[in-house]
Amino acid sequence: MTAIAPYRSPSAAGRDGFPQALRAEWTKFRTVRGWVIGALVGLLAMAGLGLLASAGGQSSCQQVGASGQSSSGGCGGGLSFLLGPNGEPINDSFYFVRQPLAGDGSVTARVTSLTERVQVPNAGGSDATEPGVVPWAKAGLIIKASLTPGSAYAAILVTASHGVRMQWNYTGDTAGLTGPPGPANPRWLRLTRSGDVLTGYDSADGTQWNLVGTVTLAGLPATAQVGLFTASPDYSEHVGEGFGGGTSSFSGPSQDTAVFDRLATSGGWTAGPWAGGYVNSPETASVGGYHQSGGQYTVTGQGDIAPIPSGHGGEADPAVTVSDYLVGTFAGLIALSVIAALFVTAEYRRGLIRLTFAATPARGRVLAAKAAVVAAVGFVVGLAGAAAAVLAGEAITKARGSYAFPISAMAEARVIFGTGILTAFFAVLALAIGIIVRRSAATVAVAVLVIVVPYFLAVFAAVPLSAGDWLLRIMPAAGFALQQPYPAYDQVSMFYAPFSGYFPLPAWGGLAVLAAWTAAALALAAYLLRRRDA
Amino acid sequence: MSDAPLAGAPLIDALHAEWTKFRTLAGTWWLLLAAAALTATVSAATAAGFHCPPDGCTAQLTGADPARLGLAGVYLGQVVIALLAVLAIGGEYANGMIRLTLTAVPRRLTAFCSKALVTALAALGAAVAAVGGSVLAGWLILPGQGLSAANGYLPLSLGNAADLRAACGSVLYLTLIALLALGVTAAVRDAAAGIGLVLGLLLVFPIMSAVIPDHVLARHLEQIAPMTAGLYVQATTGLSALPLTPWQGLGVTALWALGALALGGCVLRFRDA
Repeated sequence: MTAIAPYRSPSAAGRDGFPQALRAEWTKFRTVRGWVIGALVGLLAMAGLGLLASAGGQSSCQQVGASGQSSSGGCGGGLSFLLGPNGEPINDSFYFVRQPLAGDGSVTARVTSLTERVQVPNAGGSDATEPGVVPWAKAGLIIKASLTPGSAYAAILVTASHGVRMQWNYTGDTAGLTGPPGPANPRWLRLTRSGDVLTGYDSADGTQWNLVGTVTLAGLPATAQVGLFTASPDYSEHVGEGFGGGTSSFSGPSQDTAVFDRLATSGGWTAGPWAGGYVNSPETASVGGYHQSGGQYTVTGQGDIAPIPSGHGGEADPAVTVSDYLVGTFAGLIALSVIAALFVTAEYRRGLIRLTFAATPARGRVLAAKAAVVAAVGFVVGLAGAAAAVLAGEAITKARGSYAFPISAMAEARVIFGTGILTAFFAVLALAIGIIVRRSAATVAVAVLVIVVPYFLAVFAAVPLSAGDWLLRIMPAAGFALQQPYPAYDQVSMFYAPFSGYFPLPAWGGLAVLAAWTAAALALAAYLLRRRDA
Repeated sequence: MSDAPLAGAPLIDALHAEWTKFRTLAGTWWLLLAAAALTATVSAATAAGFHCPPDGCTAQLTGADPARLGLAGVYLGQVVIALLAVLAIGGEYANGMIRLTLTAVPRRLTAFCSKALVTALAALGAAVAAVGGSVLAGWLILPGQGLSAANGYLPLSLGNAADLRAACGSVLYLTLIALLALGVTAAVRDAAAGIGLVLGLLLVFPIMSAVIPDHVLARHLEQIAPMTAGLYVQATTGLSALPLTPWQGLGVTALWALGALALGGCVLRFRDA
């Protein structure tokens, strides 16, 4: 008996690892013409629909904003928004009883009443007013760098419905004492300057003082404008929750009147005579002024010192936003779901999956490699599609002279990058669904049902708003929060609807929901991939 | 030559063949059930999720249309119905069955027509169950959400003409979506691409018309949109503000379905399977 040595191939054993599996999957993807075309179709659909949205915009010169939301600039060179120190669009118009004061010091006053009047609805353009409640009507003490609109400031103020606040540089806002001011419930306010540091205090009785906030306004000039102010933003009345047609509302200008007394300066400031006047008088300003009698200052004003959220004018708001450019994202997602589904189901249909598992018996590694490939494809499609849509959309908007709602380059980059993250996660989710159900059409249908359909229903108001709100919280469609371009400001009364680009979850929260769904689907896919025969 | 008599009416036999294929697939019945259940569930959830604004529940304040609320599940149900139709023909391309089908029924348009008829009838059946369940849910839930007779709303029922039109129109709408999906998939000959195209086609018009600030253009987009125009048939309030009458709107969807079927028929007729 002779022992026969088993045959050994003279060539070196092939390497078997994740890089090899990844390379194999990438080769499969790039060599199937239909998939590459599909990815391009998704990219072009994203960019093309965004261009359509910006090219269909109005180019006529129209006043931006509901009446009373003031905006600077005229019609000649297109309308421009007044920008705050951080580059965000702002309102800065209020009635100011002031004087310049140099160096450090402190100013104190007591507010004994704050009342608002609103325009009578449907009064046919007349100036008739009636008492009303404007939640963010403001009155208080302010230190402002100059009388130029948009300059730096810090203020301690009372509001009609939101208690005492300390606000600074348009977006800063902290809360103090609660409850509305009134004769029986006066509010003492104090604002102190020490170099660049401004500190606000409030008190209910003038003896017990509470610190509300401390802010640093870098570069505040030595001589700043100090005094009393009142401002009352547009009020809007909600007339019901529309179904299939958005909401209807009435809005108009408002005014507020505050009564101050015990006005005093201390700590280095010696007050001279006070002078009244508007800073950046609102276009609808028909009222405003102050009179003084026996140490009591009655100040009436209109306007607002606050950021302007996008979409505040609803359908009447012609300003194009970044959200408009990104409207084609849903089409990119549909295309990606088709690609991701076929990337796995085509292997099952053609029997290639058996060869794949023969080459890489570690099935989890195959899944990881496939996920990495579709994630990369999804990211590139989303990123490139969003970048093309936003950059080209901006160029078109500019060329046509339409209004673009200002956005910082940083926020724009964040939204474009966020779109890439959204599409990457979604592509992996669709892949996992494909492994679970193994049927291409069913995969696409399920993937679209969990992300595009909820997005459509919630954003375009096909279901009641409360239902839409929940859809954008619990479904994978929550990931669309990554596309929110502007922050929602609590200190501005507006209906922050998904249609205007405001989502119920913050960007990281939306990503967490989408990622959780993706992880769960991947885990189930990995389990089934091991347990089932190919 | 075979002695067996030649088959009689080719359409009847083709129909019989299609029906056998359709009913003996396990997935079909699950999809029909899913379409009905999903539509009714989502309609009920939408109705239950409706709340009146704080100042009152009158028609002027809510702006709500009980029929649209109670039939909102159609938005999701149509996805399942479309999937059913896509699989009816896409599945044959996926596993090569289409070659056997065309061998058995060489008149391709006859095969296609019988497939369309069977698919449409199945979709119609599922749609009747889906819409019936939705109307029942709306009838039970909506009055409790404030859309009651006290606030000037008729209960959602098949007893009044407008609601009956909304319900029947929704059934027809779902059937037309099935035909649209069948035609598109026959044209692209791939199930995944077919469902992706159909869903994209349904969604692209309303999304674009909502975003384009040019109101005239937006209105035209709504008039030609297969989904938006077709669902005008559900409207029972504010009819004068609609760009089309309800039946005209459904006619737009019918034109889309007809166009897709014609395209799919042509591709099937003139290309190798």
